[in-house]
Amino acid sequence: MSNQSPTSTTKKLVRKLMLAAAGMFGFGFALVPLYDVICDITGLNGKTSGQYTVAEAETMAVSDREITVQFMAQNSEGMVWEFHPNDMQVKVHPGEVKVVSYRAKNPNDFAMIGQAIPSVAPNEAAQYLKKLECFCFAEQKLEPGEEIDMAIRFFIDENIPEKITKLTLSYSLFDLTDYSEPAQEITAR
Amino acid sequence: MLPKAKLWLGLVVAALMTLSTNLQAAWELNMTRGVTQISRDTYDLHMQILWWCVAIGVVVFGVMLWSIINHRKSKGAVAAAFHESTKVEILWTVIPFIILILMAIPATRVLTEAYDSSESDLDIQVTGYQWRWEYRYLREDANEEEVAFYSILSTPRDQINNDLPKEEHYLLEVDKPLVIPVNKKVRFLVTSNDVIHAWWMPAFAVKKDAIPGFINEAWTIVEEPGIYRGQCAELCGLDHGFMPIVVHAVPQEEYDAWYAGQQQAAAATRAAANNVVTLSAALEQGEEIYNRICIACHQANGTGLPPAFPALAGSAVVNGDVEANIRLVINGVPGTAMAAYGRQLNPVELSAIITYIRNSFGNSTGDLVQPADVNTILQEAQ
Amino acid sequence: MSAAHDDHHHGPAKGLSRWLYTTNHKDIGTLYLWFSFAMFLLGGTFAMVIRAELFQPGLQLVDPNFFNQMTTMHGLVMVFGAVMPAFVGLANWLIPMMIGAPDMALPRMNNWSFWILPFAFAMLSSTLLMDAGAPNFGWTFYAPLSTTYAPETVTFFIFAVHLMGASSIMGSINIIATVLNMRAPGMTMMKMPLFVWTWLITAYLLLAVMPVLAGVVTMMLFDVHFGTSFFNAAGGGDPVLFQHVFWFFGHPEVYIMILPAFGVISAIIPTFARKRLFGYDSMVYASASIAFLSFIVWAHHMFTVGMPIAGELFFMYATMLIAVPTGVKVFNWTATMFRGSMTFETPMLFAIAFVVLFTMGGFTGLMLAITPADFQYHDTYFVVAHFHYVLVPGSVFSIMAAAYYWMPKWTGHMYDERLGKLHFWMSFIGINVLFFPQHFLGLAGMPRRVPDYALQFADFNWISSIGGFMFGASQLILLVVVIKCIKGGPKATAQVWEGAQGLEWTLESPAPYHTFTTPPDPKLIHAQ
Repeated sequence: MSNQSPTSTTKKLVRKLMLAAAGMFGFGFALVPLYDVICDITGLNGKTSGQYTVAEAETMAVSDREITVQFMAQNSEGMVWEFHPNDMQVKVHPGEVKVVSYRAKNPNDFAMIGQAIPSVAPNEAAQYLKKLECFCFAEQKLEPGEEIDMAIRFFIDENIPEKITKLTLSYSLFDLTDYSEPAQEITAR
Repeated sequence: MLPKAKLWLGLVVAALMTLSTNLQAAWELNMTRGVTQISRDTYDLHMQILWWCVAIGVVVFGVMLWSIINHRKSKGAVAAAFHESTKVEILWTVIPFIILILMAIPATRVLTEAYDSSESDLDIQVTGYQWRWEYRYLREDANEEEVAFYSILSTPRDQINNDLPKEEHYLLEVDKPLVIPVNKKVRFLVTSNDVIHAWWMPAFAVKKDAIPGFINEAWTIVEEPGIYRGQCAELCGLDHGFMPIVVHAVPQEEYDAWYAGQQQAAAATRAAANNVVTLSAALEQGEEIYNRICIACHQANGTGLPPAFPALAGSAVVNGDVEANIRLVINGVPGTAMAAYGRQLNPVELSAIITYIRNSFGNSTGDLVQPADVNTILQEAQ
Repeated sequence: MSAAHDDHHHGPAKGLSRWLYTTNHKDIGTLYLWFSFAMFLLGGTFAMVIRAELFQPGLQLVDPNFFNQMTTMHGLVMVFGAVMPAFVGLANWLIPMMIGAPDMALPRMNNWSFWILPFAFAMLSSTLLMDAGAPNFGWTFYAPLSTTYAPETVTFFIFAVHLMGASSIMGSINIIATVLNMRAPGMTMMKMPLFVWTWLITAYLLLAVMPVLAGVVTMMLFDVHFGTSFFNAAGGGDPVLFQHVFWFFGHPEVYIMILPAFGVISAIIPTFARKRLFGYDSMVYASASIAFLSFIVWAHHMFTVGMPIAGELFFMYATMLIAVPTGVKVFNWTATMFRGSMTFETPMLFAIAFVVLFTMGGFTGLMLAITPADFQYHDTYFVVAHFHYVLVPGSVFSIMAAAYYWMPKWTGHMYDERLGKLHFWMSFIGINVLFFPQHFLGLAGMPRRVPDYALQFADFNWISSIGGFMFGASQLILLVVVIKCIKGGPKATAQVWEGAQGLEWTLESPAPYHTFTTPPDPKLIHAQ
């Protein structure tokens, strides 16, 4: 072997560089919460912000403007539930609290778990749609044939930009049922 | 060496030229100008930047070519000694910067325009599936009949597999196109059922990613009636190349008539769930649906592409209990590519397809599934 | 410097063990270069399958799933197997000789970082033989196509990427340590050849982004096997997050593949123009600014995902800015040629083709930066044409130019100039016939990554495929040239090229197994 062992300055440098590489590996993961923070602030991707307390809503002044809120539902792949809004759209004044609901039904002959993910268009409207009560991000279990109405209580922030007169709230329903058992049952049938 | 190279270049150019005279008609060289204000603005922007690039290219490559011709050793050129000049370097940093600002101004204007989706007249939910599009017209009232349908490649597999001659709109034709009125602001709410797709209509300069779990907005005002064709623009798996988009832009009256017709058809379909069908009708309709929807995975002869896409020929499910077979088609198989077709096809179509697969590919159960059988299972959980 | 003095004088060991155990920078450089060439041919074979399928409309040769595997493997093998290892090979051979160092700073790690690669690519390629097939989700492997909907072999892909990343990170640490600590006395930073400078910057880029790539594939691994939801909307994750993290790696990666090319071209053009490089200082600063800008432009790959308009504008402006330092480089090369005394040997031909064709790739890059226009260009063959123009006549031509330029120094023989020129002209014509029509295809509306297309795209695809076969076949000429040059040929002088400057040209040809065991005479070190 003709190599020399590295000098001490080299060793120190290499240690620093390795640390930097490890740091960047961590940074990759740090992008995950960082991204969520940015989404929260900018409404990127139409992600809606977290739930608001009732107290906050009561301090809101109701404005004269009228905004149309449309409701959309869609099932993600493999989700067989019937899932749709009970109202297609409502007109609201910013600051006014509204309650609407979605209906979900499990048509299968086994219990299933679903979860709905909200999204708002236009993206910039997301941060002005404040939800006081919502079924989003929560796992919902339905027994065979069970049918429920799921409520959303929300209001529109009065600071919503003038040019937004219509916004769309969409829920995507995902299937979170654990299929390790029933799947075999189905294919065996 | 150089003359020989020129000869080569000449030969290739000559070959291309002869070829081009025969095929001129089919040669589309540039971006479409499209039929909307945004698409024309985009085209103008594209041409403007292109000409800037051409101009810069002519200057830079011109100097280079001039040097290559004149400053060669074989011509006795002696190298100069200069190797820096702050003045020149500042100049060629600042000038491009100014050009960039000149480019950025119109780009910003067009982008701002394209992002203004407010005040739409009609909203349509566009959902990408592996590998088809679903269009759902948003209603104001839940009691109104809903217009929603899938739009699937209608080019026969025989053309794709080169068994039949390819027709004019090969790969750019669908069974049911999206219909929209002209001169109305149509807003698209784009999302996906599974992986990421992208809804692209070149003539409208609209391209938006369809992302599962999220909705994206795009809009257009089409100024000329016509049939416009586009494609999915984001790799979405096996049949990414086979999920075209076709839009019919029609005058408002025509649109209204079409929409009313669709509503009636939707109502009629619900009623037809109790009709009795004949075996030959079911087989015919089933084959048509199979060739449209099932063939991509289960293949023309029902052999599938195991292990991901199982064979239907000789399958235990297809040759077994009818009810289990109906359930499987309605509910799909979780965790696999087999979708739940109960939500995508109506009872008549479901019964036809199940009848077809149970009597094809060597399967011979002789079963005739009636729409009512399917409907019972669809409703049963209530 | 404690090793026995005797060691410096014996040559390489004999047989296979020489290559397995070597810690010599020249041996490792050779290994990298041959490995890269093998991968270039493998990735090229995949490209030939793609072009053959696209020769005519309709499905002829392969099914769409296999086609997707081909596009994916072509991208992965070319980026991680051909271009990056080729530059690391050049760095290994040249950096110690250019800065007057006896070897790389960390010779044993050097051996390790090379020998990881064959295993990584064996693992990746073995998926082609498995039932589930090779990765088929594109080299950008967007979630959820690459997670929830991926073939089972995705795990092999993930670990292969981990290995490639580890190899790159070790390689870049080695290069940074070598450049910072091993320079001969008198070799100040601003006297370093530009190839050393651009590689130093590249190494920092690698160190910053390869761990992020490792991070993103690790997250995929967790999503696929351990039920997390980084990129799965169902569990509160976000598929778009994948694209942000991926392109945070991916855009600097683009510059990782082009910065060393800038260094190569900045060495070759002055040699054959017999004139000092114009604007050395501004070249260094331009490279550094390109590297910096590469970190704040990533989302220009994602203009259609639905970002807020402020984000679109920011990434558009930042991307346009890159044109300024890149322009400075092109202008400097042109000014170097201007009033030179030029000859046109094969390396110079490749270098000039690089400047012209890379600039064309740069122009289309500028067009792609314009967000509204990008809505029309995105994910079409226009993009395919753009990045192949910067990567093939860009990076790959620079690697070929470098191979011809330094081959006499490596082998001690002049290569066959006639064959070299034939290789150049075949490649040059082939590449333009291959990629130029793809601009038209993209503008006319052909999406990328499709195995079949509408009839109006047939003619240009036909031409493009012809060009592809021509380019592919002409690379075998390079193989012949290299083998001929190793076996024999006219004896090369130490200087090799009349206008060559730099420490490596003060060494005899072929360069002895051990060089600069004592530092070179500082008088030999000139400003660049």
